[in-house]
Amino acid sequence: MFASGAMLVPSFLKGMEFLTPEQLSGFKNVVIIQLSGGNDGLNTLVPFRDDLYYKHRPSLGLKGDEILKLSDTLGVNANLKIIKELYDKGEVSIINNVGYPNPNRSHFRSMDIWHTGSGSNEYLSTGWVGRYLDSNCTHPYESIEVDSSLSLAMKGSERTGIALSDANKLYRDTRENFFKQIATNTKDSMLSEDNQGYLYKTLLGTYSSAEYIKETAKIYTTKVQYPNSKFAKNLKVIGDFINSGLKTRVYYSSLGGFDSHVNQKNMQGRNFKTYSEGVSALVEDLKSTGRFKDTLILTFSEFGRRVKQNASKGTDHGTANNVMVISGGLKKAGIYNENPNLSSLDKNGDLQHTVDFRGVYATILSNWLEVNDEIILNKKFKKLGFV
Amino acid sequence: MKNQLTQKEIQHLYWRAGFGIKQSKIPSLIYQTKENTVNELFTDSYLQTPLSFDFKSLKQASKKKTKVEKKALRKLKIRTLFELNKKWYEQMISTDQVLREKMTLFFHDHFAVNLRRPFEAMNLNNILRNHALGSFELMLMEVSKSPAMLMFLNNRQNKKDSPNENFAREVMELFTLGRDNIYTEKDIQEAARAFTGWNFKSDGSFVFRKNQHDEGEKTFLGRTGNFKGDDIIRILLEEKQTAVYLCEKIYKYFVNETINPQHINELAEVFYGSKYNLKTLMKAIFMSDWFYNEKNIGNKIKSPTELIVGLGRQFGVKFQNHQKLILLQKKLNQTLFLPPNVAGWPGGKYWIDSSTLMIRLRLPSLMLTAGELEWDEKEDMPENMVTNKKQRRRNKLKKQLQTTSKFNSISRNLAELTPEQLLEFLIQARLPNEIKNNVLYNDKTNKELIIKVLSLPEYQLC
Repeated sequence: MFASGAMLVPSFLKGMEFLTPEQLSGFKNVVIIQLSGGNDGLNTLVPFRDDLYYKHRPSLGLKGDEILKLSDTLGVNANLKIIKELYDKGEVSIINNVGYPNPNRSHFRSMDIWHTGSGSNEYLSTGWVGRYLDSNCTHPYESIEVDSSLSLAMKGSERTGIALSDANKLYRDTRENFFKQIATNTKDSMLSEDNQGYLYKTLLGTYSSAEYIKETAKIYTTKVQYPNSKFAKNLKVIGDFINSGLKTRVYYSSLGGFDSHVNQKNMQGRNFKTYSEGVSALVEDLKSTGRFKDTLILTFSEFGRRVKQNASKGTDHGTANNVMVISGGLKKAGIYNENPNLSSLDKNGDLQHTVDFRGVYATILSNWLEVNDEIILNKKFKKLGFV
Repeated sequence: MKNQLTQKEIQHLYWRAGFGIKQSKIPSLIYQTKENTVNELFTDSYLQTPLSFDFKSLKQASKKKTKVEKKALRKLKIRTLFELNKKWYEQMISTDQVLREKMTLFFHDHFAVNLRRPFEAMNLNNILRNHALGSFELMLMEVSKSPAMLMFLNNRQNKKDSPNENFAREVMELFTLGRDNIYTEKDIQEAARAFTGWNFKSDGSFVFRKNQHDEGEKTFLGRTGNFKGDDIIRILLEEKQTAVYLCEKIYKYFVNETINPQHINELAEVFYGSKYNLKTLMKAIFMSDWFYNEKNIGNKIKSPTELIVGLGRQFGVKFQNHQKLILLQKKLNQTLFLPPNVAGWPGGKYWIDSSTLMIRLRLPSLMLTAGELEWDEKEDMPENMVTNKKQRRRNKLKKQLQTTSKFNSISRNLAELTPEQLLEFLIQARLPNEIKNNVLYNDKTNKELIIKVLSLPEYQLC
């Protein structure tokens, strides 16, 4: 498949290949969906039996047909139809009260913490997926973000993932004359350990990955009709890549607009509809090829929101939140742990976490991707049993 | 010790102490002594130009109270911050006080504050500029008492009965001693008690609120007393580790990411001995032999600011539109006034990933020729033929940064150089022969070659 470029590719990039249909089965991957802005977890998964919930949220509390019941005490926001469907089939695991000690309520800082997997008092310059790339991968395309720029989560110290919104565009950009000339004249001897070598490695990695991704992604054409939203289009790119057999382990995509200080109900509802329709198409697509059992979709946000609604029919920045894990290969589906405890809030009136988010990462790294999580997370975290 | 600096060394000095050098300046420096060349940098930065901005409309808007007005105010604040960002960029591009601006940029990263408050952000920036080549002690004290820092690290919430340790922790971890050096969690708690009562008035002036201050005895880094915030800062500066930490950070930024312990010891002695005089420290670095060591030249990845300002100074670039400039900074992961967190920008390889590198390599063409010299896309790209003309024109417009530059006239002057001389002037790193021979095969210097040289991976280094 490298008819034109094979001779020019330095040795460290050789061995790139797509997976044949037989190899495809069992190749596990992760799709991370980031809900940016701080999604309100209590109106995502609603503890509808809890009087305190309605007491704190007299007008914002969801009730009646605004909720789809999952259990006797927990229901999902009715705009998240896909979650209810998957729940009934045992294909979603809901983890409540996920957070970290001494929570930070700034979007930037808290997102930083989630991306790097740091504690709230330390500053790391590499992301958790980036460190996975560093310690377990060879090629930049083993983690792909479908976006125009790359998130901190995807940056390692020696390797970074690839960001793209369109495989063909990335290919075109890297095939511009000058870029191409540099790439094709890059020799092994130029890929040294210093900064200059790093520039050439990145350049060449991008150049080769662009071809690999474009060529491989041609293999599969979906029959599923994805919705028209930008989010769904990004998920379609991911679906195409997974089904085409790209040897990519981690995909990353985000959906914004969750910072609901004002008129939260409509705003969150609209976003959830976008989420639900997009994820629904992706899941259908993956099921049609049998890849759903090998794919794990993790949905998170940088923090949950204040339990008590504010004066503008919205909620302010909070702390612990739920995380949703969707997959055809779960070990424990359903509601993983206890509901949020609204009678034991911190002094700001926020939920207290009982599960460290790095425990969720550790579980995925160790039980799903089967790598050493402690090297990547720099510490041992208690794993969960959802996979 | 050599008496004069070579052209490469002069360029090195100007890239690290500033944002590169204009070609016309080199002849005057090449025959003068190293000492004079270094001194000239300091003389040029003797004066300072504080950032200034007309905050009238912002002040008026601050009085308004309805929800709609408040929302508009938030937008105005961010817009003002962006305009301030552009002003600083313009200053870095046009000023002669290059060393002072470079030091300000370094301390903008050292005292990293991300606050959507343009007035306070500007004042903090001016504090840094004021002391950039003076006393670090005064800088640290004024920064700690500035509204921007008091707000950003929550010292206003730090009260006798409910201490907030945020500032106390970071002042040690990031501003003075460095993470896990000398201090303990207990020291942080004790220091936080000493900083209680530090606040500011509505006009932005510092105030010590006695009734919120914890008057009790504190034990901090082995000393005991009824310390106030000023005492903590004084004690932190008494610790030589603060000089060591600062020298390490400055060395990584100005010399080499890999520290040479011997050089650090040398510098820390000088810095500590001068009572934290930044001019003395920087002069010691630029006068040293090792600063001009080959392994310290052309090995540093330019930050987005260094890259943009470097091109801007060399070719007289002006940004017409602050939004485009902000967008560019965002795409390259460094928006001035909006550092990722209090630890600042990680720097080095962190600047480079597949997306940022592609933009960086295209930047000269985008900034200097408004996309006119975009590399030919047609040749071997059948899919390009399919996209219609209109679409292509629209994409092209989007890619434009809306800059003006003196690229045409300056490139005419540069055309006097041979390609070898052009490389010698624009590229600090050593260019591999494969690239030199196979990519830059043109035999004369012209606009196209200049853009190509500026688009080499090596131009990302200084």
